[in-house]
Formats: sequence, structure tokens, C-alpha cells
Amino acid sequence: MSTDPRADGVPLAAGYQRDHEVHPPLDYPGYRSTALRHPKRPLQLLPHMLTEVTGPVLGEGRIGETDNDLTRQHEDEPQGQRIIVHGQVRDSDGRPVPNTLIEIWQANAGGRYRHAVDNWPSPLDPNFSGVGRTLTDAQGRYRFVTIRPGAYPWGNHDNAWRPAHIHFSLFGQAFTQRLVTQMYFPGDPLFFQDPMWNSIPDEKARQRLVARFDYANTAPEWALAFEWDIVLRGRESTVFESEVDDG
Amino acid sequence: MSKGETTPSQTVGPYLHIGLPWPDGPYALAEEAEGGFWIRGTLYDGAGAPIPDGLIETWQADPEGRFDHPDDPRGAQAWPGFRGFGRCETDAEGRFGIRTLKPGPVPGLGGAMQAPHIDVSVFARGMLNRTVTRIYFPEEAEANAADPVLAAVPEPERATLIARPAEDGYVFDIRVQGKDETVFFDI
Ligand SMILES: [Fe+3]
Repeated sequence: MSTDPRADGVPLAAGYQRDHEVHPPLDYPGYRSTALRHPKRPLQLLPHMLTEVTGPVLGEGRIGETDNDLTRQHEDEPQGQRIIVHGQVRDSDGRPVPNTLIEIWQANAGGRYRHAVDNWPSPLDPNFSGVGRTLTDAQGRYRFVTIRPGAYPWGNHDNAWRPAHIHFSLFGQAFTQRLVTQMYFPGDPLFFQDPMWNSIPDEKARQRLVARFDYANTAPEWALAFEWDIVLRGRESTVFESEVDDG
Repeated sequence: MSKGETTPSQTVGPYLHIGLPWPDGPYALAEEAEGGFWIRGTLYDGAGAPIPDGLIETWQADPEGRFDHPDDPRGAQAWPGFRGFGRCETDAEGRFGIRTLKPGPVPGLGGAMQAPHIDVSVFARGMLNRTVTRIYFPEEAEANAADPVLAAVPEPERATLIARPAEDGYVFDIRVQGKDETVFFDI
């Protein structure tokens, strides 16, 4: 065991690595809506204690049969290019994150969301809801079948378009690992003008949001494949002292 | 893999409602369970306007201060009907509500006990990453005074972390910015 402080005879599990340098700042003028929606006072450091190193274990009973196949949720198939999106969820120490809930939502092939406030002139698809869920397997792997979403315009700046993307929500195994993000497609010509993309300070970190075209897993005469791994925060190293391979 | 190679956060955007809310999301305990109360609040932006495209998530211990999770060293123990997790999107007036049980005190660092508290994540269009705050309880003055997290928060702002009593539970408003800005944590 590590030398973690104790309270009431209860040893505390080690915290998680802080990775702020990877994430966009909450105040990012290029994305105008951040102006009134970021705290102005400095954040208070929260040590990772029991509430932070635990988290909800969700999913069993929450996943329906077609939740991981967005092309089979209606009577007919949706319009658009059928794609397989798969990958592995790991932590930053390389450990797979098994049995964790992944939720996705996305626009249809024409870039329109099935949402009351999305009313730009691109048609809805009666056979596409754009919502999926799955659990990672014992190796942290996940797989969705969906259609490739279209780009869509928005009002942030003159002639603003969002690069095609799929929204991802992950729980990991601890409150500290919670992540909501977006997956992008390789070679998208719209990255240069997208403030969401540009808000990530490090170019290498941006590239980690781009899926890899995966020819090997493309299904012949059926679907293209993209592979996208997701990396959540790992544990502070102290907890693993006793687990170091000394052999 | 080394530290720093994690996947960056992105905003939930304006269409979070199609992907994130669950019908039973606001219930951190079974809907029919006894002893539950509501924590209701409004999410406000820096101009004092309600945020209608936000989502609140809560995570907390059970009434004995335990977590049904392998990393609770006392051993996972499920409190019947209790999930510990609540999720509620904000409505057109920025309002949210979570139905839950009061958490017990939770062990902290260095021998200190933490006062009963609930961890809160706030997601919204216009937030490139979640923000995190905590809810404490007004009737726990003594435990709150000894709480190591609250103690690190300067006095005038500390009050933003303490819920107010209400008829069916508590009120906890969240002000992202401006006068009476809620205290948010670096997690
Ligand atoms: Fe989007």
C-alpha cells in the first residue's frame, strides 16, 4: 500500500493525474459563447478524495439492442455513408477502461440534428435519430455503426461551419475521469476556422480528436471504418508503488 | 503512454439534449424510494440570464458516507434504490432538479472528516470543458466549519457552496460568472 493519509482508519485511494494543459481554456474569445459562461475567479484546488476517485457505475440495463447501431433504430435505413466507428478507451497509463458507458450524438448526413432549436435549411431524416450508447468490453473496446455526419453552419463568426463531428460522452471509473468531447474525421477542410478545434492549445492534442481511416476494418460492400481511441486521466503514480513489476 | 496524452474536452454544444438526458436522470434514488428530497436550482450566466442549454450531474456518498464503488476501501455496499448519480438538463428558465438522499460524512485527507457534500459537474453550450462545484448543507454548520475543502475557500465566497432550505428539500443556484459567482474547483 502507499502511504496515503488516513481518516477514521480508512485508507484513501490515490488521486488522478491533472491534465489541464490538454484541455481548452474556459475563456476562449474565438468561441463567443464562452464570454458569459466561464468563471472569472481562479478555480480552487480540490484534492482527490473518495468522492472524486469513485464514480457512477452505469450502463447495465441502460443499453438497448440497437443503441450501438444508429442505422437500425428505425423502420428503414438512414440516408448517407454508412460507417463503423470503433476504438479503445484507456487511461493515460495505458490501462484499458472496461465496462464504461459511452454515449454519442450527432447530426445526420446533411448536417442537421433532430433537435428543436436546429432549424437550418437541411432536411431531417425520418430514419435517423443520431443518438447511440454502448459499454466498453473487458478490453475497453467499443464499436458503433452509424452514418457519416455532415458539416453544419452556425452563427459564431462570418461563414462559420462546424467540421463534421460526433459528440462523445464518457464516464470512466471515477468522477475525475468524466469527459465530454467530439470526434472529428481526417482531412476535414473546415478545421482552420473552427474555434472548438482551435481552442485546444496544443496541436498534437488536437490531432488526438481525429479518427484514423481504418481500411483493414472496412466492411466490403457495406461500410467504411474509422478507429478512434480515447484516453482518460490515469491514477497518480503513488498508488501503484506496490504494483511495480519487481521481477 | 505518459501524463499529458489524454483526449481533450470539447463543449456539449447546443444539441446536448438529444444525447445526454435520461428520463430517470434526475433521480439519484429510485423514484418510489422513501426519504428523498429535491435539490433545485437555476443555472445563471455572467449577465444574470438563465442558461437553458446546460446539464447538471451530481455524484455523492450514501447516507452512511459510503460509495458503491471498488475504490471505496471499506468495500462497496449498495444502499437499496440509491444510485448516487443524478443528471438533469436545464429547462427554458435554466432550472434543474435532482431527487436524492442526504450523503453522510466522508473520510478526507490527514484524518479529517469531510462534511456531507455532493460533487457537481456543470456542462453547457459555451463551456469548452465542464466546471465542477460542490453542494454543502446549511444545517451542518459544525461539520462545515471543520471541512477541509470549505476551509480552503475564502469566507465571502464560501456561502455560494451551501444550499438553502426549501419546502421540498434545498435550493442550490449556480452562477457561472459575475456577482456572487459560485466557487468552482480545479479537479
Ligand atoms: Fe455538434
